[in-house]
Amino acid sequence: VKGERSGSPPFSCPIPIQRHPRVLMAHGGGGELSRQLAEAMFLPSFANPALEERHDGALLDLTGSRIAFTTDSYVVRPLFFPGGDIGRLAVNGTVNDLAMCGARPLYLSVGLILEEGLEMETLWRVTRSLAEAAEGAGVQLVTGDTKVVDHGKGDGIFINTAGVGVVEQDRAIAPRSVRPGDQLLLSGDLGRHGIAILAAREGLEFETAIASDCASLAPLVLQLLSEGVELHCLRDLTRGGLASALVEVAAAAGLSTVIREDAIPVLEEVQGACEMLGFDPMYVANEGRFVAFVPERDAVRALEIMRGHPLGAGAARIGAVEDDARGVVRMITRLGTARIVEMLSGEQLPRIC
Amino acid sequence: VRFVDEYRHAGAADRLAEAIRGVVTRPWTLMEVCGGQTHSIVRFGVDALLPPAVELVHGPGCPVCVTPLELIERALALAARPEITFCSFGDMLRVPGRSRDLLGVKAAGGDVRVVYSPLDAVRIARDNPGRQVVFFAVGFETTAPANALAVVRADQLGLDNFSLLVSHVLVPPAMEAILASPGCRVQGFLAAGHVCTVMGYEEYVPLAERHGVPIVVTGFEPLDLLEGILLCVKQLEEGRAEVENPYSRAVRREGNEPAQALIRRVFQVVHRKWRGVGEIPASGLGLRERYASFDAERRFGVAEHTEEEPSECISGLVLQGVRKPRECPAFGDGCTPEHPLGATMVSSEGACAAYYRYRRLAHCAAPGPVGSEP
Repeated sequence: VKGERSGSPPFSCPIPIQRHPRVLMAHGGGGELSRQLAEAMFLPSFANPALEERHDGALLDLTGSRIAFTTDSYVVRPLFFPGGDIGRLAVNGTVNDLAMCGARPLYLSVGLILEEGLEMETLWRVTRSLAEAAEGAGVQLVTGDTKVVDHGKGDGIFINTAGVGVVEQDRAIAPRSVRPGDQLLLSGDLGRHGIAILAAREGLEFETAIASDCASLAPLVLQLLSEGVELHCLRDLTRGGLASALVEVAAAAGLSTVIREDAIPVLEEVQGACEMLGFDPMYVANEGRFVAFVPERDAVRALEIMRGHPLGAGAARIGAVEDDARGVVRMITRLGTARIVEMLSGEQLPRIC
Repeated sequence: VRFVDEYRHAGAADRLAEAIRGVVTRPWTLMEVCGGQTHSIVRFGVDALLPPAVELVHGPGCPVCVTPLELIERALALAARPEITFCSFGDMLRVPGRSRDLLGVKAAGGDVRVVYSPLDAVRIARDNPGRQVVFFAVGFETTAPANALAVVRADQLGLDNFSLLVSHVLVPPAMEAILASPGCRVQGFLAAGHVCTVMGYEEYVPLAERHGVPIVVTGFEPLDLLEGILLCVKQLEEGRAEVENPYSRAVRREGNEPAQALIRRVFQVVHRKWRGVGEIPASGLGLRERYASFDAERRFGVAEHTEEEPSECISGLVLQGVRKPRECPAFGDGCTPEHPLGATMVSSEGACAAYYRYRRLAHCAAPGPVGSEP
């Protein structure tokens, strides 16, 4: 962090650290310091033609049957955690929402809300991470904005990203396309992200470090589509976990689903942490997992494609859609008994004993 | 976590359920004492494996549920004070007081923090000498040793900015109160395994003899529960009323003696009010005079605040096993986990919340077909 510059984009923080070791209000004020931040830090990191126009907005050429458009805001604490950080999350989270629409993610906007006093080096690390994640996901960060709030009025960095993608097929990948008999395919084991964040936040000492599963799901979804798998519905399993995603889809589709507890993969370390904290992995957040609803005839092939891809190596068939209009989710427990799966009314809270 | 999976084995569960069906000849009503057991029974559907003659009723062993409303109000009053950092285990945060909960106080600017151990609260006090740190010491005999240790540690460090809001309760007096109540239906107990890990099970022997009830020390996994039920039903069928301990992998007769000594050093037995039940004599713990300076109620003068329960809520009857959650007219309608009338709907270990979460639709309790295996 010596302010040295090597090539484009630079590998160390390009803002002269002796002069500006921390973010000042003026970095969001629209004046010289704002310009410096954009020119030295963001433009070279996110380099792409639309951004280099330095216009008020990005002009994009899009071709496809439809456009998918989504937005999400990221307020994670801590900013850096095993397996990821807020920058990576802000790109992959929005990319994954586009992928769940069956779209090919193309362009993202990045809105940064910085807290006065944030270390410039931290902003640089997050900027690099945004750029790397965008490159990994095959998207361009084409427009953006930076604001600075008073010290104590933020939590370091908040990020909003919005994204557009193109839909290259005519199917509606949505709850209304779900049909009785559809099979539920889960792309991998549950709970890594939530437990990694909790462990990093609370200083819980686990014997094994659990890393977040944060990843772009677009390549796997696009492969399923290109190989002709009839995807009826997709859901990524973020906050609220698998349980909340399934409850939402069942209610929106007006069709019940049934899942088998013993078919749901959970890493031993994650299960152990959950047992200790009184959490249910069904409700713990993920950032690189999704569930696909596919017709029975495509299920075996879809599962093979998923398992053959690094993003879906741990994929499993976990249940099916029933011919039942109550729109609830039932679980067959390990003991062979049945129960309802509900949404949580709030966050999971660690229990007393 | 192989040690957990082994105790969730479907084949072994079926064999135990078969054994229970083999010994039962009459209807029996058993109470599992601990809320953790209730949660496990409903989550895994253990009761669905039992013959109809064996009924489980859910006991008072949920510390969140039995903490009286007035202590919740005292906690809310303390947490709202600007000089106080209020530390609590997570599941107390959503317990409703009269008009709000601790999460609401936090949202309004109160310094409310979730900790995983009372020693974390001691650390916060040590690192923030300008703040008054209050820890909400809630729980049964299980959490008492760690809370006692926190007081000893704070005393050793000479901290004058650490205190406990104590709401400790004891299991045997509650069992005694249930057995003595006129509506009592309980014929046998599954004693709370974790409590016995600390306290041993000697103290249940006079209870079993006096009331003629079998008491079986029981763990929390499906197989532990089924084994406890089997032994309890066997005793009832054979006319025995003994204390048995199949949970020997965690519980010894004498319990954890150093932990008990720590409890005795810091706490003394006091009368306690139980939410929904009322005052039970000698049913809780309070700080000894030697450690009275760590008593938040004294330090901040909130001990006088009293509060009565809303009359609609039948959580007291649910906690005593007299009524089932679904027998409450407000269940799932006027009372849900989002808008709980009483604490049995708040804690995940409360019987009402467990029923709501897993049993809201009665017809969903039956197993149905599932897609073919890949």
